[in-house]
Amino acid sequence: MIIAEKKPIEEIIDEVKDFDRILILGCNECVTVCEAGGKKEVEILASALRMYFINKGSEKKVDEKTLERQCDHEYLEELRSTIDDYDAIVSLACGVGVQFAAEKYLTTPLIPGVNTVCLGANEARGLWTERCQACGSCVLARTGGICPVSRCAKRVLNGPCGGSTNGKCEISKEVDCAWQLIIDRLKALDKMGDYEKVAPIKDWSTDRAGGPRTVTREDVKI
Amino acid sequence: MRLKIPSNFRIIRVPCTGKVDIIHILRAFEKGADGVYVVGCMEGDCHYNEGNFRARKRVEQAAGILDKVGVGGERVQMFNLSSGEGPLFAQYSIEMDTKIKTLGPSPIRVAKQNKKNAA
Repeated sequence: MIIAEKKPIEEIIDEVKDFDRILILGCNECVTVCEAGGKKEVEILASALRMYFINKGSEKKVDEKTLERQCDHEYLEELRSTIDDYDAIVSLACGVGVQFAAEKYLTTPLIPGVNTVCLGANEARGLWTERCQACGSCVLARTGGICPVSRCAKRVLNGPCGGSTNGKCEISKEVDCAWQLIIDRLKALDKMGDYEKVAPIKDWSTDRAGGPRTVTREDVKI
Repeated sequence: MRLKIPSNFRIIRVPCTGKVDIIHILRAFEKGADGVYVVGCMEGDCHYNEGNFRARKRVEQAAGILDKVGVGGERVQMFNLSSGEGPLFAQYSIEMDTKIKTLGPSPIRVAKQNKKNAA
């Protein structure tokens, strides 16, 4: 899922201080699961903002709403009838949701309430780690299901670099060497033969190098 | 035991302090409470294993938010005691009452009152 983390309240306060009618807009998908922008976080942020502004003696309307998703037309349409009641929207969705809402409601400023971090997994309670960089051409089949693109700092594709020491990466003792993990797993799978195969030069045009990406599916178009 | 406790607080019963969320604490302040204290079981004695630890973390987070919005994180506190410690409950209540009285009314309540008077 998409991993995001809450922006500091001070930063959000600074962005919204000039608006009088504010909607805090949550998203029920990834940001809910990573506890950054779901219904609970919407309630907490809205309550904090209300208290801040009451305390400052300014009268502001801070409302709350959480949509099923902010990256789909039909859910964003739910705002259509009330959008003009607000001077600004603080969206707690990932960058996708913020932008999609901004494209839909041209005259209402959209302010992001979270920092979108990566595509990751919930490794343990309170710990989310990156697993995918959406490079557009997956190599996991021959790397034992461990991604050298997202988990190796250098994104090397043919074994570890010289910075791999005792299974850790040279950038930090906390970071596993992705290639050490790959080799360990290939050994466990008895597929070390795959390791010997030289990976061809990766086509990075499917990554960000090729500009913004789109997926077109004629079979599902109506 | 007929213990004397302050009469200016309201007890909200929850099945376990693990039920208490940050928003519950914030709402209390938004509605004008001067202080909130959460009383959980002894650490390590939670019937649900982690309920009181969760509560403590949430109290800390709520305190952080209250600090940032100018209400003051010291107005919220977590206490632990066992269900047999009535006198300790009374003592904590008095402690909290004294602390909040020293701090004075919550700025939210003051701001709301001022607004009401101006209207």
